[in-house]
Amino acid sequence: MEPLLIKAIIAIVVFAITLLIATYSTYAERKVAAVMQDRVGPNRAGPFGLLQPLADAVKMFMKEEIIPSVSNKWLFIAGPCIAMLTACMTGVVIPWGGPITLGAQKFTLQVADLNIGILYLFGVVSMGVYGIMIGGWASNNKFSLIGAIRASSQMISYEIAMGLAIIALVMTTGTLSLNEIVVQQDEGLANIVIQPLGFLIFIVCAFAETNRAPFDLPECETELIGGYHTEYSSMKLGFYLFAEYINMFISSAVIVCFYFGGYNFPFQHELQNLLGLTENALSIIQVVVMFGKVFFFIFFFMWVRWTIPRFRYDQLMNLGWKVLLPLALANIFITGLVMWGMGKI
Amino acid sequence: MSITLIIFWFLSFMAIMSALMVVFAKNPVHSVLYLIITFFAIAGHYLLLSAQFLAAVHIIVYAGAIMVLFLYVIMMLNLNKETEPHKKPIIKFVAVVAAGLLMLTLVAAFKGAEVKVIASADASIGSVESLGKVLFKEFLLPFEVSSILFLAAMVGAVYLSKKDLH
Repeated sequence: MEPLLIKAIIAIVVFAITLLIATYSTYAERKVAAVMQDRVGPNRAGPFGLLQPLADAVKMFMKEEIIPSVSNKWLFIAGPCIAMLTACMTGVVIPWGGPITLGAQKFTLQVADLNIGILYLFGVVSMGVYGIMIGGWASNNKFSLIGAIRASSQMISYEIAMGLAIIALVMTTGTLSLNEIVVQQDEGLANIVIQPLGFLIFIVCAFAETNRAPFDLPECETELIGGYHTEYSSMKLGFYLFAEYINMFISSAVIVCFYFGGYNFPFQHELQNLLGLTENALSIIQVVVMFGKVFFFIFFFMWVRWTIPRFRYDQLMNLGWKVLLPLALANIFITGLVMWGMGKI
Repeated sequence: MSITLIIFWFLSFMAIMSALMVVFAKNPVHSVLYLIITFFAIAGHYLLLSAQFLAAVHIIVYAGAIMVLFLYVIMMLNLNKETEPHKKPIIKFVAVVAAGLLMLTLVAAFKGAEVKVIASADASIGSVESLGKVLFKEFLLPFEVSSILFLAAMVGAVYLSKKDLH
């Protein structure tokens, strides 16, 4: 088969899986919340309520769509589109498994192995704020505007600490390609051992960037009705909510790739030799392991949401600028000193 | 026409059109959004020149950070027809003359300029590795000095924004 065709198939499969997982994350979220609050959760649509996401989607599509007459119509429509587009674009650089050999050709299970993968990721994430800002402003509503401004200031603040945490990681790995970072963790230790502080900063920032609780101030119901999506209804609202779940899935995948070995698992080559597995079989096991890790982190996102209450706005800013930023800078200095002491630079 | 050339013309058209729209758009928020499109078109040009690092950083810094702050401030100011400042005719006239002189200077400067085509199109010239080596070996001092300039600007901004200094 043509390499381009295979890449196209991988791209479509990744896109479909992303949407599927985001769909079932909504169901999982409600089930996790139900377990934590000693309730049953959705159980009416289908066995165990498994068809609930489908019912939700039908509900979203059937609702009346309202575009406020005083709003800026085109930008009002563009807002959720940009949010969805940027959410889907981030999945491109994530390696999902080891190489697979088909006939004489070898393929990596990754849509594009960019040599500036981390920068691409960072660029797309920084575009994500426009969806919220444009939507909030175009609604022509005070609450939407305040929500949008909160969201943008929060995302800019936490992007800095996140970038600095990644810089320490780039220093130790010496590459900007995600695939290479994952391969290095197969040969050496997982990066969580090398960069524990960097991981902590990164995961806190990932929560803030996805606007998840405890950082969900942009859509804080008790103060702002619905935040930036107050005026949205029907599937446009659905897009905003859905983009959040896609972002959650992708950030889980990125955390796994950066700090938890990606698709690798301990003693994988010993297992391969013991059972006499082919390269392809190992790659398929690796994909399963990768998704297992990602599901754990999606669960972690939900676990935190139903455990920790929302921050106050000044607490949020203090945490971002006065705690995470100095910590990330200190992490870079310590990493540099240790590397210098070990004679690596 | 090769595909690269088609992309080049498309990106150039997009960059110039949206740059013109920045000036002609009535609504300041629209101007900012057009400017973001301009930055994307320029990032596309960097990609055509196989300078991926420059393209990525251009998007992250300009479109992702600076323009967000622009948009932020313009949204907060809530500019509209009533609050639009009205300039005197004499100021408008002076502005037109000044802009015309600037254009004259630019045209005069670029008229006789020689366009050199660098034949050695090394694909790795824009990679992070070669750029980093050039910046941190050949141009280390200017690079560090420019970072001190940013630091000074930052300290100045913090100083100016402190209200209770006096």
